[in-house]
Amino acid sequence: MKPERAALAAVAPYLWLLAFFAVPFLLVAKLSLSDSVLAMPPYAPQIDLSRGADGVRAFLAALDLETYLRLVRDHLYLDAYLSSLRLAATGTVILLLIGYPIAYGITRCAPGPRQALLMAVILPFWTSFLIRIYAWIAILKPQGLLNAALGALGLEPVNLLNTEAAVILGLVYAYLPFMVLPLYAVLTRQDESLIEAAQDLGASPTRAFWTVTVPLSLPGVAAGALLCFIPMAGEFVIPDLLGGSETLMLGKVIWIEFFANRDWPAASAVAIVLLVTLLVPIMLLERAPPKVLR
Amino acid sequence: MTGRLQIGAIRSSFAPWEDPLLKPLVRFEAVSKRFGETAAVSEVSLAIYEGEFFALLGPSGCGKTTLMRMLAGFETPDAGRILLDGEDIAPLPPHRRPVHMMFQSYALFPHLTVAQNVAFGLKQRGDPKAEIDARVDEMLGLVKLAGLGRRRPDQLSGGQRQRVALARAIAPSPRILLLDEPLAALDRKLREETRVELMALQQTLGMTFVIVTHDQDEAMVLADRIAVMRDGEVAQVGRPAEIYEAPADRYVAGFVGDVNLFEARLDSVDGGRVRLASPEGRFEADDDDPPEVGATAWLAVRPEKMRLTVEPPPEGPNRLSGRISDIGYLGDWTTYGVEIAPGRVIRAARANAARRVEAPLGWDDQVWLAFAPDAAVVLKR
Amino acid sequence: MRRGPSAFNVAAIVAGLVFLYLPIVLLILYSFNASSLVTVWGGFSTRWYAALAKDQQMLDAAWTTLRVGAISATLATVLGVLAAVALVRAGKFRGRWGLAGMTYATLVMPEVILGLSLLLLFVAVGAPRGFWTVTLSHATLTLAYATVVVQARLASIDRSLEEAAQDLGCPPAMAFLKITLPAIAPAVAAAWMLAFTLSLDDLVIASFTSGPGATTLPMRLYSQVRLGVDPKINAISTLLIGLVATGVIAAYLIQQRAARRA
Repeated sequence: MKPERAALAAVAPYLWLLAFFAVPFLLVAKLSLSDSVLAMPPYAPQIDLSRGADGVRAFLAALDLETYLRLVRDHLYLDAYLSSLRLAATGTVILLLIGYPIAYGITRCAPGPRQALLMAVILPFWTSFLIRIYAWIAILKPQGLLNAALGALGLEPVNLLNTEAAVILGLVYAYLPFMVLPLYAVLTRQDESLIEAAQDLGASPTRAFWTVTVPLSLPGVAAGALLCFIPMAGEFVIPDLLGGSETLMLGKVIWIEFFANRDWPAASAVAIVLLVTLLVPIMLLERAPPKVLR
Repeated sequence: MTGRLQIGAIRSSFAPWEDPLLKPLVRFEAVSKRFGETAAVSEVSLAIYEGEFFALLGPSGCGKTTLMRMLAGFETPDAGRILLDGEDIAPLPPHRRPVHMMFQSYALFPHLTVAQNVAFGLKQRGDPKAEIDARVDEMLGLVKLAGLGRRRPDQLSGGQRQRVALARAIAPSPRILLLDEPLAALDRKLREETRVELMALQQTLGMTFVIVTHDQDEAMVLADRIAVMRDGEVAQVGRPAEIYEAPADRYVAGFVGDVNLFEARLDSVDGGRVRLASPEGRFEADDDDPPEVGATAWLAVRPEKMRLTVEPPPEGPNRLSGRISDIGYLGDWTTYGVEIAPGRVIRAARANAARRVEAPLGWDDQVWLAFAPDAAVVLKR
Repeated sequence: MRRGPSAFNVAAIVAGLVFLYLPIVLLILYSFNASSLVTVWGGFSTRWYAALAKDQQMLDAAWTTLRVGAISATLATVLGVLAAVALVRAGKFRGRWGLAGMTYATLVMPEVILGLSLLLLFVAVGAPRGFWTVTLSHATLTLAYATVVVQARLASIDRSLEEAAQDLGCPPAMAFLKITLPAIAPAVAAAWMLAFTLSLDDLVIASFTSGPGATTLPMRLYSQVRLGVDPKINAISTLLIGLVATGVIAAYLIQQRAARRA
């Protein structure tokens, strides 16, 4: 197939993404500049095309930054913003600490077990996210399985559900495959003779690991960290189910503004703030496309 | 006979292996290694001497790489011992062995500069920084890469990368430098140049080099001695000329260079002269250690030792006739295939010593082949 | 020499797998618990599965989810194959940057943002929210995943295969259909599976873009979960996990066999 002909294949998906991905973002941006009203749809102004250009002008004149000012004034939003970033960052660091040894360990295995282990790591990613988080509720709740186990060992019960610790646990649990896969991908491509060369030149196995394996795996570390950090910062289900009312994250704020408060402009403005925050990490990730699913 | 004839065309006084009092630098003692079902190396015993350029030659899968990797410490022998300076090195992990390796893939660290690559071994040793810098400069000068120290490996040509790998391996002055197919990734012209440089480098450094290669020309040109390997065993160890002119068996004769083999029965032995008979003719050859009379033996004659003529040679042994079935003009040499019986082709080669030839040979010409008794080798296996 | 895993490596892998699977195993175990208390084992029972069979709302939601999943996955796979062909085979073309950018952005975009933006689109064009809006939204979400999966396989296929077919007289389009498409078929199947399970799994986007009469299973589950731990949820979760695990492992084995043949 000639390249020009192959480019034609891009038309349908391109238009689809334009219509269902790019244009909606413009709508979110527009709505974040509107005001909330009690109506359906619950925002103003609307474009009145029957008045032609005047209608558009009147519409544009009514747009303002009032919603954003509200966000800045209310410390609740700032708190949610900061705790989103903090929790996502903490989760990312813990994921790296847990994910790296797992990914490295898998690359050290013989090809047969390696494939099976990789599959075992990926499999939970396919099973329902909601169900997996729900499973933790039964474990973490005050009369749950964890405290039953602790009680059987004669230990003090702990109250984890509806705490930040539970949210971090949930984040780490849900995103572990996203961390292990890019790390595995980069570690498994590493030329074994480089490690041998380092040892041959006098580096102990530990030293060879830190001077050769780790520096060469940094692209995978970066990809894994971004791949986890970006969606975690906007996570809704985990803080909602495991964090209780105590933990606010931006994803949850958007949900509450939209469903509970029916404040669509506020939800849009928060979404825009989140998007702008994540723009840099997303662009960084695009420079090195994730090899996760390969 | 006046004066004993020597094997090969080169006179060299370097022959530490002939000195019974000298201790070898490395000694393999009945070393074996299995990988699952296959025996990669079986019962190999070898001695390599200080200052030697030693080649392990054989086809892929013959165990030469495994042997080298056992010396470097990346594989452990299942049986036998490897002694370095008389000490068993089994307890030493790779990073404690004074043996460095130049990897076939070069294995240059892509995240380090050329200078950092060369400094790697020195740094592991904990040398002072000033000494390391000086040594790195010296090494880069030695391999003609001065000024390229700040480049990254991916900014270098293949030949340059090869030299960085070399510099990196020799920088910490190992007792032995192992070279795993060092020239395999280079194109032909560069390979020939690099061979010469490698020999000069070994001379300058006086270091013991052990090269693993499947390329017989490379081994012949570079090495003081060659160990020809087959199926995990050493088939023959000797100087290149010994390997070529006095091969131990049919395998070695066929692996190193082209050879014509005649299966024959040994008729009689008369002093150093052996007479053999086969359906293809009667033969005579010189041999000091002949097989017993009546045994089957193989007569090996190199193509360049066959005399190709149109006129019949005088009556007698070592004479064959046939029809030219193929001609290959190589510039310096011309090779001929002479069919002496249906399907049986004998190879002969002639140096193109003159630009013009009075009566050139052509396809289907009837020709004669002959060879001198001392041009043939009698093989027992 | 490939060194085997150290004791530490093995410990890390085992701990990781226990961490990943323990909650799931407990959940499955307690779906067979006769007691309705999570922490008390009241003996083996399938009563929650029986209760599930009578829960019409849950069954309706499951049926809706399966239909949404099948249609959106098919849409996403078709579009994903097209996008992958363009990205791998078209070299540099205008719009390449945009196509690749939008694809990768969808992969990591928080679902809340995707859901909200899609909803606003449907409101803006006046589309009634329901079955079709969820389906189109899911197709958008899963399109990116399908593209990446097919793209990876397509990139690993030797171009000279298709060229050889053309050299032997096969027209270009035919060469693609007869040579390349069969070669990427396992990846296309895997892409469909992935898209289907992602759709099956999605709560957030469905909540935003769905309307009355189109409640999906995750939405139904979510409203139940918020009320507390319920063994019936364990039962339906176990069924879902079983379904997906079977599908995924089957898809994996198919791909393995295809890879071995290739």
